[in-house]
Amino acid sequence: MRHSTSPSRRLLALTLGGVLAAALAGCGGDSGDEESAGATGGTLVFGTSNDPVILDGAYVSDGESIRPVRQIFESLVTTKEGGTEPLPLLAKSWETSADGLTWTFTLQEGVKFHDGEPFNAAAVCTNFDRWYNFKGVQQADSVAYYWLTVFGGFAKNESPDTAPSLYKSCAAENDTTAVITLTRPNGAFLSGLTLPAFSMASPKALTEFKADEVKGAADAPQFTGTFGTEHPVGTGPFKFESWQRGDRLTIARNDDYWGEKAKLDKVVFRPIGKGADRRQALEAGDIDGYDLVDPGDVDALKSAGFQILERPAFNVGYIGFDQAEEPVNNPKIREAIAYAINRQQIVQANYPAGAEVATQFQPPSLWGHNPEVPKYDYDPEKAKTLVAESGVKNPTLQFFYPTDVSRPYMPNPTANFEIMKANLEAVGFKVVPKAAKWDPDYLNAVDSGNAGAVHIIGWTGDYGDPDNFIGTFFGRPKAQFGFKDAAIQDELARALSLSDQAERDTIYKKANADIMTALPGIPYVHTKPNIAFKAGVTGYVPSPVNNEDFSTVSLPSSN
Amino acid sequence: MARFVFRRLALLIPILFGLSLLLFLWVRALPGGPAIALLGERATPEAIERFNRLYGLDRSLWEQYASYMGRVVRLDLGASTRTNRPVLTEFWERFPATIELALAALLIAVAVGIPLGYFAARRFGTWLDNSSVVASLIGVTIPVFFLGFLLKYVFAVRLGWLPSQGRQDARLAVEHPTNFYVLDGIVTGNLNATWDAIAHLILPAIALASIPLAIIVRITRASVLDVLNEDYVRTAEAKGLTKRVISRRHVLRNAMLPVSTTIGLQTGLLLSGAILTETVFALPGIGTYLVRAIDGRDYSAIQGVILIIAVIYVIVNLLVDISYGIIDPRVRVR
Repeated sequence: MRHSTSPSRRLLALTLGGVLAAALAGCGGDSGDEESAGATGGTLVFGTSNDPVILDGAYVSDGESIRPVRQIFESLVTTKEGGTEPLPLLAKSWETSADGLTWTFTLQEGVKFHDGEPFNAAAVCTNFDRWYNFKGVQQADSVAYYWLTVFGGFAKNESPDTAPSLYKSCAAENDTTAVITLTRPNGAFLSGLTLPAFSMASPKALTEFKADEVKGAADAPQFTGTFGTEHPVGTGPFKFESWQRGDRLTIARNDDYWGEKAKLDKVVFRPIGKGADRRQALEAGDIDGYDLVDPGDVDALKSAGFQILERPAFNVGYIGFDQAEEPVNNPKIREAIAYAINRQQIVQANYPAGAEVATQFQPPSLWGHNPEVPKYDYDPEKAKTLVAESGVKNPTLQFFYPTDVSRPYMPNPTANFEIMKANLEAVGFKVVPKAAKWDPDYLNAVDSGNAGAVHIIGWTGDYGDPDNFIGTFFGRPKAQFGFKDAAIQDELARALSLSDQAERDTIYKKANADIMTALPGIPYVHTKPNIAFKAGVTGYVPSPVNNEDFSTVSLPSSN
Repeated sequence: MARFVFRRLALLIPILFGLSLLLFLWVRALPGGPAIALLGERATPEAIERFNRLYGLDRSLWEQYASYMGRVVRLDLGASTRTNRPVLTEFWERFPATIELALAALLIAVAVGIPLGYFAARRFGTWLDNSSVVASLIGVTIPVFFLGFLLKYVFAVRLGWLPSQGRQDARLAVEHPTNFYVLDGIVTGNLNATWDAIAHLILPAIALASIPLAIIVRITRASVLDVLNEDYVRTAEAKGLTKRVISRRHVLRNAMLPVSTTIGLQTGLLLSGAILTETVFALPGIGTYLVRAIDGRDYSAIQGVILIIAVIYVIVNLLVDISYGIIDPRVRVR
């Protein structure tokens, strides 16, 4: 009787057997087999950190939406491979009028959108006018961030604090000549145009798929068109194929592309939230590469034979001073702090290989960088002398730092703070630590100038113009820094308004030197984010501004 | 029966009203808001003010609540502040993934748990009994996400037997008419896709099943032990009925009552466990959606998802109550 096979027992055996069979069968269908031999073809699977928001370039400013947008769409200008200077793309060449207000773009010929519509000057103007006429929620910073950054305002600003628009109008002189008129001269405009927010969409698709339709209640606006979710039609080397939200986004080679065709057949973007999980997916062979490698995984991946690519540094981590607070309103105190901080030690201890010590508020890869700015090499004795000279007795610093966050320029804020605190105490400062949760307490405090005398934060650049770094920080007085410096502001405003690159470069170099003399803060690091690929993947060129092109990538020829 | 069902469903209305008010106040009590969560370092006071005005977040709480409830009664759960898409749409896109996972986990828990509990009871005091008790204790205590991570590391990364994340191999081109990936393969005639989807479900389902499995084993075992000692079982044995008939007609059927209650209650645990499991295995279900919504202070998304889960929970428990009537005629509800 003990050996009776009762129904439940048989069912159990069957279930387990079935489960095992499924597992083994499932393994057989996995990976590798679908990739074709040779350097062209195949499907590359790339791990990302999140699903894109929408595939309409004008509505996005987050890295994961930008990634596929960059493959499907193109702008008038692009950035040099791996660099930041603007280069022709859909515009072959351009000219500026003497007063800097009129920009005449000569367009590439024979370019078609993925839906067969021609790319021409009329299409350029349709796109520009579309953005200029954004209404309601389209004007929110979470939507039109890049338009607000480069152009300021819209045709009709819905918010009183939105600036007047830099954009005036666009005219199509003929099929290949588009003339854009600005309201004031602005040299950063061209670099701004390299952003994916200003990529060219098919006017027919924009209308047909209602890219601008906003429905729903005023406090619950919804984009109801399908342009950005099902029909993103651009001119790029890849076409949109399908999007299973949260699962994968698939793009396929555009065989009618006007330039050099992509090597891969398809690229699949798969969102995997955590860096550790992306790493495991790469190690298990489920993906061929991924972005945003956790600094702690770099060495392990390298020794396991994976490729680690470095993105040129395009960010800055800095110590900020709020000069509305004592004692940092005293220039000698700020200088003393600059000499007291051991930046080399911080970068070596708390940052992955590839991070470099910063000497100014913009990275070396960005023109306008000045190798000759005043430097404050670690010198505690000098710091002590300066403290004594400052006339401040028992200087005390309220030092704010964030918790619950890891930023590319600051993977471990607490670790940075600890070293800085020790450095400062060694030269006679009393440090009062103030930790605050990054979102929202810390950000709010820093923004509103309520983050004590000293705080640490940073910035990642969006496009290759110094105005995107030092212009953002010091172009206008900010509560964060609590000071007004008319000389620096004027310098930055002037550099922004000129069109000649060489002239601007000279002014920005001087501005960087002036800033490092005035010392509104102490930049200390630029970091290089990492991308990982399995062995044999070639052709991926990392870009400081995340303008990365999958059309030059190939999979290994054999598996 | 119909009146019973109707009354229970009618209870949903006050439950949802109360819950929606609580949720509404709770999400707004969370520090920060969608503006600063979305903008990060790019946030300036003007940007935040602009955002709040455009999304109606600068109005009084009562105004916001009235506006929100006005939409909810029309089954409009608002829009996500991250994507500006209707919350209901985003929910339905992701719900099948969670359902598949929960059902697979439930299947494993029931298919393994009930027989295991039954045999543990029949072989009371033997190694099978003792080891299943110990195993169930371990199952309950190991955190689901840790178990998931362990399973992933052993079976996906080191052994390479099973995939490490996702619902389907990214290199397989598959149509998804139903969005239930296991079903989609069958419906489109692509059995390879079905096997692949099942392979992707195995590890997360095992991880998620660990808690309900442990509990089902214990409850079944206890319940069967109780029933085995009942007079009517002894009577049946004395009558000369075969073991098989006794198990099916008398033991199992009577033992199932408490077990089915447990299964109903486990739904809640399964849904919350799904959140952790989905994150470990990067499954695009409502678990990952809710986690991101909370991080991003996406008020409508958070409220919408939790409200829908509440409705599901009430309905599932209603079904469990109805199932009593089927299993045990003595408990037919009026």
